[in-house]
Amino acid sequence: MATYSSIAHNFTPPSATTSAQIGAGAMTLIKTVTASDSSDISFVHGTSDVVFDNTYKTYLFKFINLHLSSDTYLSLTGRDGGSDFDATKTSTYFRVEHKEDDSSTALTYKTNLDVAQATGETKLSGNTSDADDNAYSGELYVFNPSSTTFIKHYFGKINVISGADALEAGYFAGYFNHTAALDGIKINVGTGNIASGTIKMYGIA
Amino acid sequence: MATYKSIRYNTPLSNGSSQVLLQKITASSDSTISFTSGIDSTYKEYLFIYVNLHPSADNKTFLFNVSADGGSNYNVTKTTTHFRAIHGEGGSPATVNYNTSDDIAQGTGFQNLYGGSGADNDQAICGEFHLFNPSDTTFVKHFYGVSQGAHSDNYSINNFVNGYANTTSAINAIQFKFASDNIDTGTISMYGIN
Repeated sequence: MATYSSIAHNFTPPSATTSAQIGAGAMTLIKTVTASDSSDISFVHGTSDVVFDNTYKTYLFKFINLHLSSDTYLSLTGRDGGSDFDATKTSTYFRVEHKEDDSSTALTYKTNLDVAQATGETKLSGNTSDADDNAYSGELYVFNPSSTTFIKHYFGKINVISGADALEAGYFAGYFNHTAALDGIKINVGTGNIASGTIKMYGIA
Repeated sequence: MATYKSIRYNTPLSNGSSQVLLQKITASSDSTISFTSGIDSTYKEYLFIYVNLHPSADNKTFLFNVSADGGSNYNVTKTTTHFRAIHGEGGSPATVNYNTSDDIAQGTGFQNLYGGSGADNDQAICGEFHLFNPSDTTFVKHFYGVSQGAHSDNYSINNFVNGYANTTSAINAIQFKFASDNIDTGTISMYGIN
């Protein structure tokens, strides 16, 4: 009679050098936050079930239909160990645009949306429309936030409709310029609130 | 009657996830990092995520190439685009531009994924690289990569590479390296995307 010991896989598992998670699902949903007239949305390690430490080397945030209450912008700040979201950043920002009436297109570096060694916010968009059907969607990657050796890199992109009825696809990137662990990020708005929408946080093994 | 010994899996176990970790390599003063197995028809898309790759010297270029012979030769013909956004910690430069010196037109050499990486203790590069349907023998093989890093001149640079390996032979290996330098530390993980 066959025994359990004879049950076999007919494939060769891939080789690995370090990870115990080879072959496993690599992207884990950590947290979903649904905005409801929220002044900001933050993800802080150890708060509200958020894991933002060395559990994962890469974290991914998905922005899904973030609708703002006024004609304003989204921005990003980070926490470098204290309770304030004042981590120093240097960032880049460029954008591609196309108007709905096809009257103009552009690919432009936006010097008003980047920062150089700033502790305040770095913008993820320019001012956009609060029209009922307008919302932000996009993604943000943050790499190795818990490292105490390296600065913390991030990049992402975001789509929205401008107040001039143009698609704006913004590409932002940069680094939190500190070696202390980055233990939290916050998505802010210029004025008003995030009326609705969802941000999902994933860890990538 | 079937017996237990005939029960088999015909796909890798993945917990139902759409993104499966296949291999993770941690650099330790390595001249190259190569993935020479696991790139086949199992997945239509392969994703490589690199985290905090640190060169041993300043101003080094991070490169990749692919192989159609299991890693014996990394010399597949490619046509690529290369552009990047730059912002200095001092406020300048601040620009986005296409780099004709870093693209390839039907060349077989290694493609620049990030130029001028800094080697300060806290500097490194991170990013992602997507390779589509490498085992296909009908179509060319498209890829794109996004890298973000600290340049040796203390710039934040966000680098974009797109292109295709212009071959109908299956691609079955890929290699990453710094030009004329070692990868001191960092990790590269290879994922299959269902």
